[in-house]
Amino acid sequence: MLTATNDFVVKFANVNGSGSASANELFAKAILRMGVPVGPRNIFPSNIQGLPTWYEVRVSEAGFLGRRGGVDLMVAMNPQTWAADVAEVEADGYLLYDATKPLPASAFRPDIHVIGMPLSGLCAKHYNDPRQRQLLKNVLYLGGLSYLLGVEPEVIEQLLGEQYQGKPQLAEPNVQAFRLGRDWAAANLAPIGLHVQRADRVGDRIFVDGNTAAGLGCVYGGATVCAWYPITPSTSVAEAFEKYCRKFRTTPEGEKKYAIVQAEDEIASIGMVVGAGWNGARAFTATSGPGVSLMTEFLGLAHFAEIPATIINVQRGGPSTGMPTRTQQADVLSCAYASHGDTKHVLLFPEDPAEAFEFSALALDLADRLQTPVFVMLDLDIGMNQRLCRPFEWQESRHYDRGKVMSVDDLEAGKPFGRYRDVDGDGIPWRTWPGTHPQRGAFFTRGTSKNADAGYSERGPDYVQNMERLLRKFVTARAMVPQPVVKPGPRPGRYGILYYGSTSPAMDEAAQMLEAVGFPIDLMRIRAFPFPESVRDFVRQHERVYLIEQNRDAQLRTLLVNEFELDPADLHPVLHYDGTPITARYIADRIRASFAADHVEERAA
Amino acid sequence: MTYIAKPKLHHPSLQKNAVGFTRRDYEGRVSTLCAGCGHDSISAAIIQACWELDIEPHRVAKLSGIGCSSKTPDYFLGQSHGFNTVHGRMPSVLTGAQLANRELLYFGVSGDGDSASIGLGQFAHLMRRGVNMVYLVENNGVYGLTKGQFSATADAGSKGKKGAVNTDNPIDLVSLALLLGASFVARSFSGDKAQLVPLIKAAMLHRGATFIDVISPCVAFNNHAGSTRSYDYVRAHNEAVNRLDVIEGREPIEAEQPAEGGVTEVTLHDGSTLRLRSTGPDYDPRDRLEAMNFIAHHQAQGELVTGLLYINPEAQTYHQHLGTVATPLNKLGTRELCPGPAALAKINATLR
Ligand SMILES: Cc1ncc(C[n+]2csc(CCOP(=O)(O)OP(=O)(O)O)c2C)c(N)n1
Ligand code: SF4
Ligand SMILES: [Mg+2]
Repeated sequence: MLTATNDFVVKFANVNGSGSASANELFAKAILRMGVPVGPRNIFPSNIQGLPTWYEVRVSEAGFLGRRGGVDLMVAMNPQTWAADVAEVEADGYLLYDATKPLPASAFRPDIHVIGMPLSGLCAKHYNDPRQRQLLKNVLYLGGLSYLLGVEPEVIEQLLGEQYQGKPQLAEPNVQAFRLGRDWAAANLAPIGLHVQRADRVGDRIFVDGNTAAGLGCVYGGATVCAWYPITPSTSVAEAFEKYCRKFRTTPEGEKKYAIVQAEDEIASIGMVVGAGWNGARAFTATSGPGVSLMTEFLGLAHFAEIPATIINVQRGGPSTGMPTRTQQADVLSCAYASHGDTKHVLLFPEDPAEAFEFSALALDLADRLQTPVFVMLDLDIGMNQRLCRPFEWQESRHYDRGKVMSVDDLEAGKPFGRYRDVDGDGIPWRTWPGTHPQRGAFFTRGTSKNADAGYSERGPDYVQNMERLLRKFVTARAMVPQPVVKPGPRPGRYGILYYGSTSPAMDEAAQMLEAVGFPIDLMRIRAFPFPESVRDFVRQHERVYLIEQNRDAQLRTLLVNEFELDPADLHPVLHYDGTPITARYIADRIRASFAADHVEERAA
Repeated sequence: MTYIAKPKLHHPSLQKNAVGFTRRDYEGRVSTLCAGCGHDSISAAIIQACWELDIEPHRVAKLSGIGCSSKTPDYFLGQSHGFNTVHGRMPSVLTGAQLANRELLYFGVSGDGDSASIGLGQFAHLMRRGVNMVYLVENNGVYGLTKGQFSATADAGSKGKKGAVNTDNPIDLVSLALLLGASFVARSFSGDKAQLVPLIKAAMLHRGATFIDVISPCVAFNNHAGSTRSYDYVRAHNEAVNRLDVIEGREPIEAEQPAEGGVTEVTLHDGSTLRLRSTGPDYDPRDRLEAMNFIAHHQAQGELVTGLLYINPEAQTYHQHLGTVATPLNKLGTRELCPGPAALAKINATLR
């Protein structure tokens, strides 16, 4: 029998549209309320009803919130995926199933512990309404799990009360079904080796999904125009923005201090963002890979004409329609170099909802300060899953930095203005907003080549000068973007790992796994492109560097090799791209295998 | 050669308008279009209209797509901000700009290729949203800038310069704009300044999605026998619905001119009155269905109707639909927009 306290993985296999989502989420929340960190993940189909869906919960008192790999307890509620679900359980692990019609031993594996609960039978006996039977079945297994794992029933009942606040007609049957399941389990089963024990490891952290955080970040960051086109997994960013705007940006008279447009497509979305940015409003769009593909012509215009734009890209599996409901980090290159000609864009890589909030607000500042498109590179794993993270923070004194914008007073005072002159030596020119001054500061914005005063020019030297200045601006950006976070291992120096974005929580656990078997490793989490020089230094300072990515082609590696002229042999890629979030075991196993293949000795920890 | 600014010869006798600007102040750089291009005549009409309307140049934002026509915003209103965007997508940029600052006047210039081919989708959605702007298409039936391919407005049966016959059905942007809910729809001809200038003035006074289709012959690729967009063809087949004067509220003297026969008066938002001199005394430009019928009827006879074809003076704008505040969004700062740390603490509390 597998035994573990506050350190295991439970996975729910369900059919989507069956109402399992809220019961499963309640399970995760209950453990959180007991002070034990959890990292839940939805693995769902591109479909509204009837296809398989999973919910995997990493329970970890140590605070590892990524996927570990492997399943200790499978709640197998979907006959369609039965075989695969049974196969996924760890040796000596557990499987809970609906034993209304008990299955023969041949349906299981001999090396796992099978727990049967007559869920449909109990429902049929206690409820008449078929919809109720279906929904409460989920609450019933919640009751069973509470007994089997030691999840405090008071906590679950309180959460049910909160969920159906003000709707006693719903709360009541849910609480009853929960007790029914729990009582049945207490009478017929015994607790298993996996156990939840009250702890105090959650602290003041919040539990929220990355898209909500990004939408809220755009509210705090001062976006007033949002233009978007629905696409999974980004849709809830615009929805969150709207929700919080309605609450915080509506005047007492009911007027809105924001404008949201559901555009006709992504080309129009980015066009509106560019128009608003040109005209001095902070604007953003939220999209995913296919949308970015459509936006590329405009991204080149915004880069070349130097117009602020913020793009929240919640990445999914590509290419083409790809895997719309699965996660990947596969738009790194298509965003970094989006559009024809010599273009480069600023990318920010948040690791969790707390950074999704921060980076979305920051992107709006950076877009204004750098006068260029800025991408917030979320992915489905962060965007659509609730994650335990630091609470959102905002300094009272923080003010929006609108960058180098000439005011009517500047112009009136006769301050010289030339739209594309590099007066400060940082590559960032000054701009004016339309309508600022009756006689001064007007210029013609264009995607064609121009001289430093924005006049049309096809002269080679004018073009080259401008392109060189854009490069200087990109170098300036290095110091303005979030710097990498370094976590030195216990004996720093020999081995290093680079990673970014949603790989972060699995990486934390993988580092510990590696350390336990004698590979102390220095970690560097890259948080933005353009890469600061410290990234190159990290690569140079380590004997061997791994780069963990969730795409097939090691896209960030290509970017690093290209931008720093590194030897590709200096970066060993570890790639995971099947559409599920990367696991700690996958990372640790790959690195160990690589060490073994190259005869690097494991050292005593 | 547009990077050479036009020399500003301020002749002391140049007449100033009510806001202190001469006609010259509304000009732009020297045009680089072909001599005789209809587009240049339209630029001249825009300059004239803005000067006559006493609009301060910096209150106008000019936007365009890509094409010979879309180059023209560089050739008028040199003291206004302008934006030459990407091919066919100016409508979205204009929409975003309008959302950012509702106080400026937005003037979009496009071509028939820009609006009826690559940009048809954005054109449609701009009109149906009721974005407050003037949208003017310089319609020559060809792609001028890419050297003479047929555009989607070319009539079936019309001949290209090298004799190729267009077999695809044409898109009539005027009919489309009417169908999609534009609240001011007009057509004119680049060679008819007397009609075009007042139409542009009326368009700039109208609040709502405003569309003017201006037939503008391309002398390089579409001004030969067989083309239905040549000067000669248009002159022979043009049926003007009405001639109009714009009489602004501020100049009551002209408003007292006696009404003539067949005149329709339309009052605009700012109190100014549009006077429509229609060729057909029964034509009522406030009747949308009538306008559609009328256009289709004359089209069947190979005639282009020009003039103000439709106006709804009570139209709502996109800002009204969205319910945005009166202050331009680009003037709101941290204080007005940021909910602050106390609100964030409350949000955090709901997420535990
Ligand atoms: C995405 C894209 N495709 C093609 C072009 C090439 N192009 C430039 S102008 C033009 C046609 C312009 O026609 P129209 O709008 O009628 O303008 P005109 O020159 O006739 O005034 C085309 C196809 C482009 N600039 N961008
Ligand atoms: S090619 Fe045609 S449309 Fe272009 S400038 Fe010459 S005449 Fe005008
Ligand atoms: Mg054309």
